[in-house]
Amino acid sequence: MTGFVSFFRRLEGPQTVGRGRAFWSLFAVVLLVALAYPLFSDGYTVGNTVYFFVWVFIALSLCLIWGYGGSLSFGQTAFFGIGGYAYGVLTLNFGSAYGFTLVALVVAVAIAALFAVLLGYFMFFGRIAGVFLGIVTLAVTLMLERFMAQTAGPEWHIGSARLNGFNGMSAMPPLTIPWPGEPIVLSADIGLYYFVLGLLVVVYLALRILMNSSFGNVIVAIRENPERAEMLGYDIRKYQLITFVIGAALAGISGVLYTVWGQYITPSSMGMTAAALPLIWVAVGGRSDLTSTVVGTLVVLAAFQALTIYGSQYALVFMGVLLVLTVLIAPNGLVLGLMHWLGRLAVRFKQRAG
Amino acid sequence: MDIATHVFSALYQFGDAFAFLVLSACGLAVIFGMMGVINLAHGEFIMCGAYVTAATVHAGLPLPLGILAGTIVSALVGVLVELAVIRHLYDRPLDTIVATWGLSLIATQGTLIMVGSTMAGVGTPFGSFQVGDYSYSIYRIVLFCSALGVLAALYALFNWTRFGVLARATIQVPHMAAALGVDTRLIYSLTFACGAGLAGLAGGLYAPTMTLVPTMGATFIMEAFVTVVIGGADVFLGTAPAGGLLAIVKSGMTSWQGQLFGQIGLLVAVIIVVRVLPKGISGFVLRERT
Repeated sequence: MTGFVSFFRRLEGPQTVGRGRAFWSLFAVVLLVALAYPLFSDGYTVGNTVYFFVWVFIALSLCLIWGYGGSLSFGQTAFFGIGGYAYGVLTLNFGSAYGFTLVALVVAVAIAALFAVLLGYFMFFGRIAGVFLGIVTLAVTLMLERFMAQTAGPEWHIGSARLNGFNGMSAMPPLTIPWPGEPIVLSADIGLYYFVLGLLVVVYLALRILMNSSFGNVIVAIRENPERAEMLGYDIRKYQLITFVIGAALAGISGVLYTVWGQYITPSSMGMTAAALPLIWVAVGGRSDLTSTVVGTLVVLAAFQALTIYGSQYALVFMGVLLVLTVLIAPNGLVLGLMHWLGRLAVRFKQRAG
Repeated sequence: MDIATHVFSALYQFGDAFAFLVLSACGLAVIFGMMGVINLAHGEFIMCGAYVTAATVHAGLPLPLGILAGTIVSALVGVLVELAVIRHLYDRPLDTIVATWGLSLIATQGTLIMVGSTMAGVGTPFGSFQVGDYSYSIYRIVLFCSALGVLAALYALFNWTRFGVLARATIQVPHMAAALGVDTRLIYSLTFACGAGLAGLAGGLYAPTMTLVPTMGATFIMEAFVTVVIGGADVFLGTAPAGGLLAIVKSGMTSWQGQLFGQIGLLVAVIIVVRVLPKGISGFVLRERT
């Protein structure tokens, strides 16, 4: 029983911002609002919100690898694409009966993670770090994009699923939960919304626990000083590899959910621009904290979409400017800075009251 | 077809791949080797060089002058970028990558908005010649010679000129160089401009051979990165041999299975080399020396 309690005590700790009754009440309020939100909105807007949520997973993966682990991976979109394509190939081959779509989700994420094990082994056990890690991962994702873009001919198929080159795959079945009587189809509005929201909350809380556990502390120690962590007896290569694989799985989840949401996946989801976007969300939000990553991603995505309405060409320029300015002026991220400021304000308020 | 034409064909393809790898990588390698900064906007400097070259050629200048103009404009843009962004980030190498990526997004999208989705190209000069059953472009030979020329010029620049000596001193022990009166900030600016100019040169040289689109930098950037990763921090001990090695892999795989497999071969070569030689070829060579 005490083990159980201490497990959940790790929901707050040194590696995550936000603790105490105030934070968790706010969390509960936000969660309640999120749960009630579809009741006050139409299907299209809810579907759009699902789209935002889908991207949060890949942002969290980058937050984990880059923000906590200190190794900058540009290639999260590679795992995104692998997850998406794997889901497409699996479901187009085996259909959606008997809840197979859920199996396909798990298998697709596992394939992305397996690929990360392979790539991560060569990278971390070759002890490449810093800028080289970014370059190799970027090269991998660009390569995958080029590979998928040239699979246009009918000879490129896996089972009965055509890869379709630059146009990508489409018409995958939506997620289906087997249910006695009628299976529940999670189409891209309210059904999928609750599924993704639930998954997001679980992943967020699980990552909080993970980062405040001894594993998370070691990861942060490696970020701060790899040599010292190694001198203390930790095999940093293993820790980095595990972080990388967890991150890849998260990016894979993002890819699968994206494919489920739009029922298509194209090679450009692994291209240069696609790879840059998660970086912007995470950098602007605040890469070294889970909460600020989630908030930052949602805010930047919403802003990006609002800008796109006025001119999608300028929206990307604006994103680039935002990224450069964030790096120059607020390297820890805007949302994280705001949260720290609020925290200090609260402390001062408390002191004055006491 | 006899053996000689086969050998010539293989050599030609090797030279073509070598020129592409070395020309696209040397600007990146100079900046990385000297400053430890990876310039993700490298492809956009190449694009800038190509666009300026094409624009000046359309305006009536001969191609060599156009290429020169492309090089100079890229170098000037490089100075601006260094002053505005890179200068503030020298102690945060990972953040430079992120910032230059932002710049790359701005440049690609900005070009798309201002110039449009494509620009009229420049015809490939010099025509072609015939060996055996195949015809070869003379311009590709020119490119190969240019790659060798660029390597030689860089060698001369960094070994025989005052700037080269100061630059190498600045890389080795920046504080010491600064204490001895070297304006290290100026050296960094000039080095960055040099790298950007080399990127512009690559763009200008390749402008006649490809379609000019805002995303053309991406064609170069993977090859450039791969060469620099394998080569390591030294231009001469790294980039040149890495270019040679990768050119063999690329031209071999390309003639065996097609262009895509040439690129996959590059990627596999990189992953294997970083596993065996984490500091690249130059790191390996220098370790043997000490």
